Amino acid sequence: MPLHQALRQHNLSGIAEKVEAGERLSLSDGQLLFDCPDPVLIGSLAHTARVKRHGQKTSYVLNQQINYTNICINQCRFCSYHRKKGQDHAFELSLEDIKQKIQARARMPITEVHIVGGCHPDLGLDYYQEALSTIRSLRPDVVLKCFTPVEIEHFARLEGISTHDVLLRLRQAGLDMMAGGGAEIFAPRIREKICPEKISGQRWLEISGQAHGLGLRTNCTMLFGHLEDVSDRLEHLDLLRTQQDTTGGFVCFIPLPFQTKNNRLSGITTLTGIEELKTIAVSRLMLDNIPHIKSYWVMLGLKQAQAAMFFGANDLDGTVVEEKIGHMAGADSPQILTRWELEEMIKGCGLIPVERNGFFTPVQGGLQ
Amino acid sequence: MSRDTVRDILCESRNGKRLSRDQAMTLYTQAELHDLAQAAKAVRHRLHPDSVVTYVVDRNINYSNICVCGCRFCAFYRAPGQKGGYVLDSLELTTKIREAMALGATQILLQGSHHPDLNIDFYIQMLTAISDQFPDLHVHGFSPPEIMHIASVSGLSPSQVLDRLIAAGLASIPGGGAEILVDRIRQEIAPNKCSAREWLDVMGLAHNKGLLTTATMMFGHVETLEDRVDHLLAVREQQDRSRGFTAFIPWTFQPDNTALSARKATSIEYLRLLALSRLVLDNVPNLQVSWVTMGAKIGQLGLFFGANDFGSTMIEENVVAASGVSFRMSQEQIQRVIKRAGFEPKQRRMNYSLISYETKS
Repeated sequence: MPLHQALRQHNLSGIAEKVEAGERLSLSDGQLLFDCPDPVLIGSLAHTARVKRHGQKTSYVLNQQINYTNICINQCRFCSYHRKKGQDHAFELSLEDIKQKIQARARMPITEVHIVGGCHPDLGLDYYQEALSTIRSLRPDVVLKCFTPVEIEHFARLEGISTHDVLLRLRQAGLDMMAGGGAEIFAPRIREKICPEKISGQRWLEISGQAHGLGLRTNCTMLFGHLEDVSDRLEHLDLLRTQQDTTGGFVCFIPLPFQTKNNRLSGITTLTGIEELKTIAVSRLMLDNIPHIKSYWVMLGLKQAQAAMFFGANDLDGTVVEEKIGHMAGADSPQILTRWELEEMIKGCGLIPVERNGFFTPVQGGLQ
Repeated sequence: MSRDTVRDILCESRNGKRLSRDQAMTLYTQAELHDLAQAAKAVRHRLHPDSVVTYVVDRNINYSNICVCGCRFCAFYRAPGQKGGYVLDSLELTTKIREAMALGATQILLQGSHHPDLNIDFYIQMLTAISDQFPDLHVHGFSPPEIMHIASVSGLSPSQVLDRLIAAGLASIPGGGAEILVDRIRQEIAPNKCSAREWLDVMGLAHNKGLLTTATMMFGHVETLEDRVDHLLAVREQQDRSRGFTAFIPWTFQPDNTALSARKATSIEYLRLLALSRLVLDNVPNLQVSWVTMGAKIGQLGLFFGANDFGSTMIEENVVAASGVSFRMSQEQIQRVIKRAGFEPKQRRMNYSLISYETKS
């Protein structure tokens, strides 16, 4: 069969058998996949793995994103979003602002609120607790997916308590789930260059594990296409799946292609489309214990996000109102997609749309 | 039909067997995306064994947007008397050409509208002015609907129009205005445009006069999947007769700012059609990606779905831009994405001969 011939030609037959059997791929398997010059072959393997888990189903969520501040004590070199206190365009939302943003969309059938922000130097934990309980009282049913391990560590330091206790208090205030940002690339050599002030990769994984231990599910990410090489990406994926073997709470992996505009790493040329797709495909193949792979259209662009559905991804994220972080870095995608647009787009790819909530549980209400 | 039957058809097709309408429909509706891509890629490599991806440096110059055709899918035209209508004067035209040549252009794509008051003299004058000032420039101009329109305004036959335009310097004809070559669909989206038969006949005439042309297809509006396949078959049949199509260029309808509402086609729909085109059009040598409608990323991916040409640098593009789509790529960017996909970028002419910079003056 032609596909099998092509796989043999690129020394991928063994990997294809492992994928069929659901066996774990090694790091050198991952390297072989990245080395293969034919992205469609890698895509077809990733698609096999995707179809085994999810069939043709492609999920999306009606969500609202709130970025509460861009004031940040970290100075990550890849970030176009952060500002120092008092700097032009620096902002922080008051609790009243947050309340108004939630109320502004009160009539929409949103099932997830996603909140992340900068590491603000003096907002205390009570601000975050109150934000959560306010939203919880306005929207009792949404999944509150908030804060990355980076923010959790920051809150703990400011408050002088453990991250475990921070998580406990936030959970009590209504936190359902943690966002997966801040993972960037775990390799210390790269982290030193792109985000020297940020917590280490090891610490990021630890805090995710702590959250899992408290029954909070979390997402995970990888920022790629900057200074890292392919082996750094593979090591990153391997660390994620090892963590997942232990604590099991990662729901979704979100591969994030680096956006080049308005940051201090601006000399870098972006990866081309097929390099992005290959990375998404290899992620699906390596992360055999993380159920969902997101095609984040905000960063990928719509057309590429559609293609990614056949390169291992099974989720299109959501309606995303007011995304700032990617757009300030030059992402040229729209600010919002409607449910109709998302469903039509998924059907237009020959796939089956399924509305989900933040936990990836299907919800009623999708269009027929 | 089982996946094995589909794969048998794919196998035959990649080995060079001509697809029937039924087989093409089976592949289009049932073949798995990656399988379709692999077969199209194999055919591409059989037709073009070296790993070269070509592109042309040119500028789309639209001499006028004043148009009596009123196609419902068009965001570019202005009706006569409507605000925003223009006809380029000769100074504007030569300035545009000079700018393009300074950027390495070897040709211009000269296309316009169905202007109600301009007859053959206008076009002859325009071409003569261009060839007098730019003798080395290749003028790729006037799609078949324009030829038919000029004929009707001037009281000439399409053959006479072609003869006079060729004498004035026209070197080849772009494949625009094909839309979907099924009259039922043309009636709906472009009722005043030439029929499918007329489009094909003008191309046949041009081919017989020694002109090369391309062929296009605009899909993703009111047509069915069968109509798309019939379009490919019409092009294939014409090519059997007259052998002058150098390339096929499918692209998706861009609905914004037009009188036709449709869901925007997905990249997956585009890639499926691209791959199917490679398999059905066994007698058309080259297949172009449409990065101007799909963006650089999907344009690059298209190189693994049967395409071997990246189209044009489009130093200027107005028609797609009028529908709010604004993908731009420089020659350097085009070269980069081709290289990163593992191919060798080469600049070509309209006839697909390669340009060697060593010998270029």
